[in-house]
Amino acid sequence: MKNPLKVLSALTAVASLALGLSACGGGGAAASSDTITYWASDQGNSLDDTAAKLKPSLDRFTEKTGVKVNLEVISWTDLYNRILTAVTSGDGPDVLNIGNTWAVTLQETGAFEPVEGALLEAVGGKDRFLKTSWSTGGAAGKTPTSVPLYGLAYNMYYNTKLFKEAGIEKAPVTWEEFVADAKKLTKDTNGDGKPDQWGFTAAGASVSANSHQAFIRGLQNGGTLFDKDGKPTFDSDPQVAGVKQFIDLMANDKVMSPSDAEISQGSQKVDNVINGKAAMMFDQSPLKNFDARGFKDWAVAPIPMLAAGATGDAGTQSHVAGINLSVFKNSKNKENAIKLAGFLTSDAEQVALNKSYSSLPVVTGASSDAAFQTPEVKAKNDALANHSVPMPLIAKEGQMETLTGTAIKNLFAKAATGTVSDADIKAALKDANNQMAAAQ
Amino acid sequence: MIETRNFRILRNVVLTILSLWVAIPLYVVVSTSLKPLKDVAGLFQWIPREITASPYLDIWTTVPLAKYFQNSLIITVCATVCSVTVAVLAAYAIARLQFKGKRAFSLTVLSTQMFPGILFLLPLYLIFTQIRNLTGLQLQGSYLGLIITYMTFTLPFAIWMLSGYFASIPKELEEASMIDGTGRMGALFRVILPVAKPGIIAVAVYSFISAWGEVLFASVLTNEATKTLSLGLKSYASESDVFWNQLMAASVVVSLPVLIGFILVQKHLVAGLSAGAVK
Amino acid sequence: MTHSALESSPADAGRSAPNPAPGQPENVTAPPARKPRRSFLPYGLILPAAILEILIHIGPMLLGIWIAFISLTQLNLTNWLNAPFVGLQNFINGLNPESTIGQAFFSTVGRTLGYTILVVGFSWILGMAGAVFLSSNFKGRAILRTFFLIPYALPAYVGTIAWAFMFNQRDGAVNQILVDTFHLFGDERPFWLLGQNSFGAMIVVNIWQLWPFAFLMLMAALQNVPNDVYEAAAIDGASLWQQFRTITLPMVRPANGVLLMVMSLWTFNQFNIPFVLFGASSPKEATLVSPLIYQNSFGSWNFGLGGAMSVLLLIALFIASAFYIRMVLPKGADND
Repeated sequence: MKNPLKVLSALTAVASLALGLSACGGGGAAASSDTITYWASDQGNSLDDTAAKLKPSLDRFTEKTGVKVNLEVISWTDLYNRILTAVTSGDGPDVLNIGNTWAVTLQETGAFEPVEGALLEAVGGKDRFLKTSWSTGGAAGKTPTSVPLYGLAYNMYYNTKLFKEAGIEKAPVTWEEFVADAKKLTKDTNGDGKPDQWGFTAAGASVSANSHQAFIRGLQNGGTLFDKDGKPTFDSDPQVAGVKQFIDLMANDKVMSPSDAEISQGSQKVDNVINGKAAMMFDQSPLKNFDARGFKDWAVAPIPMLAAGATGDAGTQSHVAGINLSVFKNSKNKENAIKLAGFLTSDAEQVALNKSYSSLPVVTGASSDAAFQTPEVKAKNDALANHSVPMPLIAKEGQMETLTGTAIKNLFAKAATGTVSDADIKAALKDANNQMAAAQ
Repeated sequence: MIETRNFRILRNVVLTILSLWVAIPLYVVVSTSLKPLKDVAGLFQWIPREITASPYLDIWTTVPLAKYFQNSLIITVCATVCSVTVAVLAAYAIARLQFKGKRAFSLTVLSTQMFPGILFLLPLYLIFTQIRNLTGLQLQGSYLGLIITYMTFTLPFAIWMLSGYFASIPKELEEASMIDGTGRMGALFRVILPVAKPGIIAVAVYSFISAWGEVLFASVLTNEATKTLSLGLKSYASESDVFWNQLMAASVVVSLPVLIGFILVQKHLVAGLSAGAVK
Repeated sequence: MTHSALESSPADAGRSAPNPAPGQPENVTAPPARKPRRSFLPYGLILPAAILEILIHIGPMLLGIWIAFISLTQLNLTNWLNAPFVGLQNFINGLNPESTIGQAFFSTVGRTLGYTILVVGFSWILGMAGAVFLSSNFKGRAILRTFFLIPYALPAYVGTIAWAFMFNQRDGAVNQILVDTFHLFGDERPFWLLGQNSFGAMIVVNIWQLWPFAFLMLMAALQNVPNDVYEAAAIDGASLWQQFRTITLPMVRPANGVLLMVMSLWTFNQFNIPFVLFGASSPKEATLVSPLIYQNSFGSWNFGLGGAMSVLLLIALFIASAFYIRMVLPKGADND
């Protein structure tokens, strides 16, 4: 070992060999022509649960077409960034799930296959789909770049045992009744002078859930998040009134536990209803959690509106929630990718998948299946088809959710630790509005 | 310091407080990992009502933890070995050889410590993409990409510690060896490295710990096939359900290899640091 | 740091290290510098490190700086090489102190500075306390030493999630101790992860994870203080505090220079802890710079704006570090 350079090159060789070996060992998802990659969002109780429930459908697809599917289930926290990297590098899956509120942002990247021609044909045309769900596929007036896959909608779920104890016969219909019932359901059960059972629970620290309520409550009060010219109007009077109704549940009506201000995951509020710590909640699909905990004492009702029988925007109970499916434009295997999109939106698979994820079919042909005739599914279906409006179909939707949701999160935090005045609400929304305007 | 009575009392008080401060969170993790899920939901119980090993069994099926474990092991071990190798070479040059640009090199390497990770998360990905496009070398989603990323992250501190350590070794040792005809590199391998063992261990531990726990870059640079253990931990707390007991059990499992290794080499670590970095 | 660490050999003259590496120098004050031979060897040796640094650190950083001057949004991500150059527009849009975003940025920088001082300060104090009291010999010393290092060895995610679990207002262990056991706060359970408290909670978590590092480095530095120095001081009647001030502190000063700088940089750029504690949007009172940049680039897919913020930050850190190296570190180098 006299020559230092020899030693050095030997060392470098060893190091690069180690690197090379490990490189071969991992990440080798061989892209053969009869295999496509599918990124699925987390729809089950865990990543593995989601994969297990998707597997029978994918097996049927392979059997039918001979195309193998390389499935990767990605958690919601990672999915957006993974899509970002895929878009940037042009190196992504062939087919992927997206949150339908991201559709316009992703459409603008131009990285996804427009739903026309072969793709439109494969999914059987837009008339097969629920109108509301289909409208989330992209910006108005442009060819959509995603098709609906799973439908979801907000409903009110409540603990029937607590209702019975409080002597409430039927679920509240109007917001006024809702608050009154919630007050009856809020009580001190252990005699320490502080309430430990609450009328209502929500994930006060969940940015996206908060932004949905800002949107829904705003519409019910006659407001919108954006005016006709696309300028943000977060701090308009009806919008402020709507947000105030929601914040007041904790701040003034005192029917919501201050500790809810800390809940960031939806499952925690579901636990509150299951454990009898709270009576009512707004949720999209708590059934899998109910089932996992063996909870039976629940019932479902529409989200309360300001007036019974309200229609149009005033009758909004939910945004058009759901998960869409996109085909990656850079796919090396577009033909098979399109086949998978067609297969997953077929009537039979819509029945199978939405049944196992307790979501709603997005094609009218599947809705009539026996699995979707329970009162719960019918209620969800009614909300989705007749009482929901898509979140604003704009490219900055993500930012809008973050700003409005965070404003409400901070207001709940303030309510939990002190008082919230009308001016506070107005100021928080105004601040969010300014940031939105600056970002546009 | 001199052990007067006051000193001993003060020592006992301070060390007890510090021990509690360290111990309480660790106790919370371990005790929660042994409770059934229903007991985790309510008010925290210091003494578990019921002890169960089932979270430790369930973690392997809720999330493919065994595979993540394997990924993490490969990535971390490779990154550590490579980082130490590269650092040894560079540190030796800095500590022993005179060359033009030495100061610039040292300063540049060290200045990278001030880059916020956020600043180059996307650029790094873009560069990897360009490399892939130009050479076909797959750096995103492969072990290789994460290995070279992690080894580079730990290089500056490693080079700095090792060069300090090497500089503290008397030159006479090497010179004797070089007179025997081993050449400079021979001297490095036969004389310096054995003597510098504590320093090298300290650097290896630092590299291993940094790579084992990293999540930000892993979340962008891995895919399902190469996902790491620390990243896998997040999967126990999904939007739809939080398995606190499993999360804590998995945390214990993830931490154990680091802790065991750490305890084994901990003596060398202090010796290595005291002679190398801390002068 | 570079002056002392990289260019001069440590002159550990006269120290009797309790834990010397084999072949530790007994007296190497100023070895005669050898005439450098012209050789490619040094360059060969630093080549692998240089390549990696350029590929992973320098290159991406330069690209990151470039991004601050282009408009990189969802509209051109797929074709980012051709994203339009917009000059200083991102800086003007985002960092104008009159605008909402600019105000948020500058108040966040100030907050992060305070955060860094508090975290590094307390970590240093705790680390110093641990190191001083564990440098004397007693039963259980080795066990405690290992035990104290555990928070540093744990993956950052584990430590943070454990604290998040403990900070839960209704059911968490922290409120159980403080409110249920000690009846503090008038039996009102405070929220640790909301509002102003969240800033404090985040500091606690960061100190918990960082102090063992200070402890480790300071302990290593104290290994080099021979006990007879203390003995002599004690005979002269120096109190414990005087011994600490006149012997211990000067001994760790060289180590301190680098330790404080590295810890400050890590803390200032802290991302993981707020991200795990609060998710993608921190409470207003606890927003640090890195999460803010993340929010403004990854959250909104407007990488130019995030890039502009990063560049400003980088310049500030660079100036601060250069100043620090000039002002503080040479003092340490003098002791070498």
